[in-house]
Amino acid sequence: MKQKSVAVVGAAETTELGKIPGMSQIQLHADAALNAMKDCGLKPKDIDGIATAGETPQALAQYLGITPTYADGTAVGGCSFMLHVRHAAAAINEGLCKTVLITHGESGKSRVAPTPRPPYPDSLAGQFEAPYGVFGPPTMFTIPVMRYLKKYNITQEQLAMVAVVQREWAAKNPRATFRDPITVDDVLNSRMIAYPFRILMCCLVTDGGGALILTSAERAKDFPTKPVYIVGTGESVEGPMISQMEDFTSSKAFRVSGKKAFEEAGIAHKDVDHMMIYDAFAHLPLYGLEDLGFCKPGEAAAFIGERHSAPGGKLPINTNGGGLSYMHSGMYGMYALQESVRQMRGIAPAQIPGAKISVCHGVGGMFAASGTIIFSNEAP
Amino acid sequence: MAEGKRPLPKPTPETQHFWEGAKAGQLKLQSCNECSKTYFPPRPFCPGCGSRDVKVVNASGKAKLHSYVIHARPAPGFDPPYAIAVVELAEGPRMMTNIVGCPQTPEALQLDMDLEVTFVKQTDDIALPMFKPAGT
Ligand SMILES: [Zn+2]
Repeated sequence: MKQKSVAVVGAAETTELGKIPGMSQIQLHADAALNAMKDCGLKPKDIDGIATAGETPQALAQYLGITPTYADGTAVGGCSFMLHVRHAAAAINEGLCKTVLITHGESGKSRVAPTPRPPYPDSLAGQFEAPYGVFGPPTMFTIPVMRYLKKYNITQEQLAMVAVVQREWAAKNPRATFRDPITVDDVLNSRMIAYPFRILMCCLVTDGGGALILTSAERAKDFPTKPVYIVGTGESVEGPMISQMEDFTSSKAFRVSGKKAFEEAGIAHKDVDHMMIYDAFAHLPLYGLEDLGFCKPGEAAAFIGERHSAPGGKLPINTNGGGLSYMHSGMYGMYALQESVRQMRGIAPAQIPGAKISVCHGVGGMFAASGTIIFSNEAP
Repeated sequence: MAEGKRPLPKPTPETQHFWEGAKAGQLKLQSCNECSKTYFPPRPFCPGCGSRDVKVVNASGKAKLHSYVIHARPAPGFDPPYAIAVVELAEGPRMMTNIVGCPQTPEALQLDMDLEVTFVKQTDDIALPMFKPAGT
């Protein structure tokens, strides 16, 4: 896409986060959408493009009373919203629509009217993975890690450090679910989920939602909010079967998506002031840092151990506390995008002073898909 | 005993040969006649070059432990703790499996250990390929 041709003008999460038993999944979408519209002074009739995952675009359009000329139902898991941003930017530039609403809502904890995800026993994953006792992301997303630890001689203490540092960020965020400091010992002594993963290395399960509104950079000037420009975008997919991931120590989808976003943005790694790396589990920031080229293969754990991503470090990462401590409804990518937008607007609870460029990197499924959005708060 | 039932595969036209092989105690892979790639899971064309000129081949059944987790929580048909593993077959492809005939502990489950296939009957139609330490 053309750099800074499109901007985020509206951004909001659901009014509540965490445990919201009084709202169904689609109402979480709507709550976030109405908050985002209020944020930038729009009404449903002003929206002519919609994108969503979890719910369908048609369900969302009818529920919110929107008649779109552009609808994107890309659903590749938790990074779907990064892909929605990328596609929306292309659609706006192509004239398919002027104002795109992207929504997420998920009753991850309370399970009020969620979308069922039945396992199909005749799918390839149903035939060649499900019979061996995989039971959701904690037993699938985690499978490559023993190979990564062995290849690079990384310890479980180093893996635990990812969770420790993110809790430091969460402590600065009043909306974070977990805010009390933790130590490496706390992580390694917490309940075993799927060796080598302890519960404090796994994401939360909460209720919530978020929404973004995008329009052309030209129109963005007329909105009450500070525009957050899109400078580079990337996406890719690998596949839904974790057992067939090409390389257990590096995500192909991450590498392809990250490279494309950096090429579009025309920036160097040293230009990045702030970063979000979707952390469903503690190993994801390690893969993200390496696959996006911030660290050489095998060096991300030392980078985090040396506190470069921690408060006061040179590359603040997951400054909302991340999926490990802030919230995680199931498809967390929307919350990573929200934090990048807050940082670019200068209103984040743990604001990075003077931050101008934010990289927001998402994963979908278990290394199945990826999306990367690079934001800037400097006008074109 | 484990609560519930282990999920079982439902073969499709493209995977029928694999499950018939497993029932007969043979691990079936496919190989491309054009580019020689050996691949898994089954499909009637080569994922390396797109050729439909492929054949079913018998695997040696030899593998090495590539990675795993040890699930600590109950799942339908399983008594925790149990390992969910990915093995690398001698022919190259990787597959998910369970490791049998060996304690489900990090000490017993060493990456790159030599394994060999064994077939565990589930129903009259389905036997699942699993792996045990080589030579046991
Ligand atoms: Zn071929």
